[in-house]
Amino acid sequence: MAQPLLEVEDLRVSFATDQGTVQAVDGVSFHLNPGEVLSIVGESGSGKSVTAMSIVGLTRGPNARISGSVRYQGKELTTASNEELQAIRGDQIAMVFQDPMSSFNPVQKIGDQIIEAILAHRDMPKDEARARAVDSLGSVGIPDPSTRAQHYPFEYSGGMRQRAMIAMALALEPAILIADEPTTALDVTIQAQILELLKELNAERDLSVILITHDLGVVAEIADRVHVMYAGQIVEGGTLDEIFYDPQQPVHVGADGLIDAARSAAARSPAADRGAAALADLAARRLPLPASLPARVRQVRRAAGA
Amino acid sequence: MARFLVRRILAMIGVLFAISVLTFLIFQAIPNGDPAVRLGGRTSTPETRAAIRKDWGFDKPIYEQYAITMKKIFTGTVVSYSQQVNVVDEIRRDLPATLSLAIGSAVIWLGFGILFGVISAVKAGKLTDRSLTVLSLIGVSTPVFLLGALVLYLFAYKIQIFPAGGYVPLTQDPSGWLTHLILPWFVLSVLFIGFYSRVLRSNILDTINEDYVRTARAKGLSERRVLIHHVLRNSLIPIVSLFGLDFAAVIGGGAILTESVFNLQGVGQYAANSIQQLDVPPVLVITMFGAFFVVVLSAVVDIIYAILDPRIRLSG
Repeated sequence: MAQPLLEVEDLRVSFATDQGTVQAVDGVSFHLNPGEVLSIVGESGSGKSVTAMSIVGLTRGPNARISGSVRYQGKELTTASNEELQAIRGDQIAMVFQDPMSSFNPVQKIGDQIIEAILAHRDMPKDEARARAVDSLGSVGIPDPSTRAQHYPFEYSGGMRQRAMIAMALALEPAILIADEPTTALDVTIQAQILELLKELNAERDLSVILITHDLGVVAEIADRVHVMYAGQIVEGGTLDEIFYDPQQPVHVGADGLIDAARSAAARSPAADRGAAALADLAARRLPLPASLPARVRQVRRAAGA
Repeated sequence: MARFLVRRILAMIGVLFAISVLTFLIFQAIPNGDPAVRLGGRTSTPETRAAIRKDWGFDKPIYEQYAITMKKIFTGTVVSYSQQVNVVDEIRRDLPATLSLAIGSAVIWLGFGILFGVISAVKAGKLTDRSLTVLSLIGVSTPVFLLGALVLYLFAYKIQIFPAGGYVPLTQDPSGWLTHLILPWFVLSVLFIGFYSRVLRSNILDTINEDYVRTARAKGLSERRVLIHHVLRNSLIPIVSLFGLDFAAVIGGGAILTESVFNLQGVGQYAANSIQQLDVPPVLVITMFGAFFVVVLSAVVDIIYAILDPRIRLSG
């Protein structure tokens, strides 16, 4: 088998906050093969976005501690300099974010923002970059791309903006596209169109995709392999069929499923009873207590025998 | 655009009318404000004063007096009560000094305000940021008459590198113009530098967490380009409106203290002198002049705003 395009090994990311240290990503390992769609699913706060951003060093900062290894085509990225990472971002590894409404600079034309991305990596005349930006907009299904390139983000609809986001990410023909909840902010029909587009791009350009989502419906649409994240760890991984038809963890049945699992385990051990109560408490709050979460959840899971 | 301009011109007429009526009425209400005394002098006899009242129409109803004054202002024939010189000519004579002060210090306060704001935001929470915060608080809270006196003492008396006040026209003596203005420029700028750098700092810190800044980083732009093209550009938009209004106020005689401390003989100092003498016509004209600049520049600001942020449409 060919060497993986991207290998992530024991990635750990923690942030120092006012409420203590948050271990957002806690020993995550996975790899991405050329031409594959890998999906990382998990609830809000499970660390999947932080994992994605840490791949290209976007979580670097004075309060962040990052350890482990991220290798792109054998090159270590966690220790790469900022300039080396800048050269890879957008050119080799591009990203698309959740909210297309706020992900474009509101006061610059869409075309100019794509041109800016192209010129950051390629030495070419501006006209050529413009032609390329227009091509890219056209290739993601934006009608009349040369006119639309002159428009501002507020003149685009949400779905069109996400297409434009993808066009910007693909303008330099990157090897990997990291799509962080690309359809979450869109309505259902538009979601389907965007997924269709990603699927096409994956097939036609042999583009490797890391798709981050909390929506298992999205995963079922296009993923080859799936990793399930919970509390900063990958708790399960496998092909689409394995995850959907032979789940090993209660996590991806949703918080309710997890609580049920814990409750049924409670009959077997008193410790699990406490665990189930703690878990129900967490689920009721929806977004868990950041600093104390991972340890507690792991304790609960152990107690639940899950 | 035409609609916008028409609305703004109507608004300007409204503002000028309101502010002139208010100023006019205030001086009617001030005790000891009898213009006949200004004109006749303190030692004038009651007969002379009565004659003056009749001549100048001060015995007429107040709205008629207002109308007469406005007519004189708009025909440029209005004279001051105390010296009986043409007010419009006076302002025209004083305007170069005020404009020199305003434009020069605007360049300084914008430049340093932006520089300190950016440094402060980039180093947020660090020692540099804290020192700049303290400095800008000192700048905002030091009164101009104190700061002005201090720099005059230091740089015009102790170390005599700058002249101690006065104004030299640029056309007569460019280097003299510069040396006379450097101290007033900085003294006037200090308050604005402190204020602008604080506002910009918080704008930048808000902008830096925007999604589109993350997108810009994800595109592989250099930190410098992200900072200038995305963070700073968007953070500066609100500064434009602050600047328009502050600049208009300084041109319209708002730098009264600076002009007086440095004896620049500008519009603001003329206003200060006229107020002391309860001389209604110059005060009225300067107030209207200042209001005119504020209205015009706020329209200009709105136009620039619409260019900088295409989401905004001109609506007046």
